[in-house]
Amino acid sequence: MKLREVLQLIEGKVLTRNTDLDLEVKMGCGADLMSDVLAFTHEGTLLMSGLTNPQVVRTAEMAGIQAIVFVRGKIPPPETIALAEEKGIALLASKYTMFETCGRLYRAGLPSCGLFESSLKRWREFFGEE
Amino acid sequence: MSTPPSTPEQKREITRLQELVYELRVRDAMTTRVITVTPQTTIAEFREVLRANRISGTPVVDEGQMVGIISIEDLIKALAAGQMNATVGEKMTPRPVTLYDDEPLIHAVGKFSSLGYGRFPVINRQGDLVGILVQGDIVRALLRRLEIEYHEEEVRRYRASHIFEDILADQVTLRFRYQVIGGDFERAGEASSRLKKTLSRLGIHPRIVRRVAIAAYEAEMNIVIYTDGGELVAEVDPKRVYLVALDQGPGIPDIQKAMEPGFSTAPEWVREMGFGAGMGLPNIQNCTDEMRLESTVGVGTRLEMVIYLDSEARPCSPG
Repeated sequence: MKLREVLQLIEGKVLTRNTDLDLEVKMGCGADLMSDVLAFTHEGTLLMSGLTNPQVVRTAEMAGIQAIVFVRGKIPPPETIALAEEKGIALLASKYTMFETCGRLYRAGLPSCGLFESSLKRWREFFGEE
Repeated sequence: MSTPPSTPEQKREITRLQELVYELRVRDAMTTRVITVTPQTTIAEFREVLRANRISGTPVVDEGQMVGIISIEDLIKALAAGQMNATVGEKMTPRPVTLYDDEPLIHAVGKFSSLGYGRFPVINRQGDLVGILVQGDIVRALLRRLEIEYHEEEVRRYRASHIFEDILADQVTLRFRYQVIGGDFERAGEASSRLKKTLSRLGIHPRIVRRVAIAAYEAEMNIVIYTDGGELVAEVDPKRVYLVALDQGPGIPDIQKAMEPGFSTAPEWVREMGFGAGMGLPNIQNCTDEMRLESTVGVGTRLEMVIYLDSEARPCSPG
């Protein structure tokens, strides 16, 4: 899904300059914990987050995430936007909640990052099933 | 005045563009989210659809079947005739010319110039409507691909991967050292960012680079959050990346406990920044092939990580 379509679906706004709206995102992840972003995403994921500090951009850079949507109408501080522009990471804003922002994109066909072995392992250990 | 002769670079660019129109498929350029109307939609409603979505035409779909196409020109004709209450079914062009999603883009270019239409619905070989293509999409797709290729070329020029072949020795190891300042959230992550860029330039597989970057970043954040500072050292040889995160204390009292997912001693302000959830060390373990953690309270912590370069098939964070 192109960022252009993401923007339409969430009725969002672009926060960074020189943003390529033809950028393709392959899947989506909603998270406020940075370690979760690192552990439960793949290259090319679109990140939805309520956190707006510059570390979100750093985390995205490490995980190969090229675009972030800030949910609940949160606007990041100038240093976050400056770092994102330096790293070539697109920042978008959504006035909707995390649930609704993700829901709108999922309904339109943007898939999740799938199941992870670490999640399944904990699941099996606790529930004792295959 | 005669036109100046084109430079060799310009010639090469033009040839590449021509090649790309054959290489790229319709699906590489099309918009996948197609807005449609039904034959029962009124022209007034259709105008609202165009305005709200900032588009100039849509396919017409009736009970899952594409039955026609309608554009802003049909709207203007209806407007001029004062027929805003007419239906899309009356004003549309039935049985529109379509493109297949796996056709080369050159077919689309040909149809645009020979038929003069503004858009083509795109269907797959099963006949399902999967996208829509306007002329601007083609230009955008070409420019985008050219940009990617230019970027790749730049990376290749930078790439130092041949260093292992050019240097004559029984064993070559490259060593990169980065200072990490404790408590400095402003610059936290900079060391890992620079390491990531360096490894990419060495031509290491992007999947390996991602795993090293995530492990390095988690380790760097630990140094920033919990210590007065330290360093990150990466040693790269043709077989592996060996990463060490070192600090001068305070040290970890119970390593086994620290390794437990969810265990954390992070203060509240760190958690508010999205860190300190007790997943750092488990994440590092998942991203690396080997990991050793040694710590002495009051002296410092040494975290060693190994990632093999031939383990690229393994994605990060599986474990």
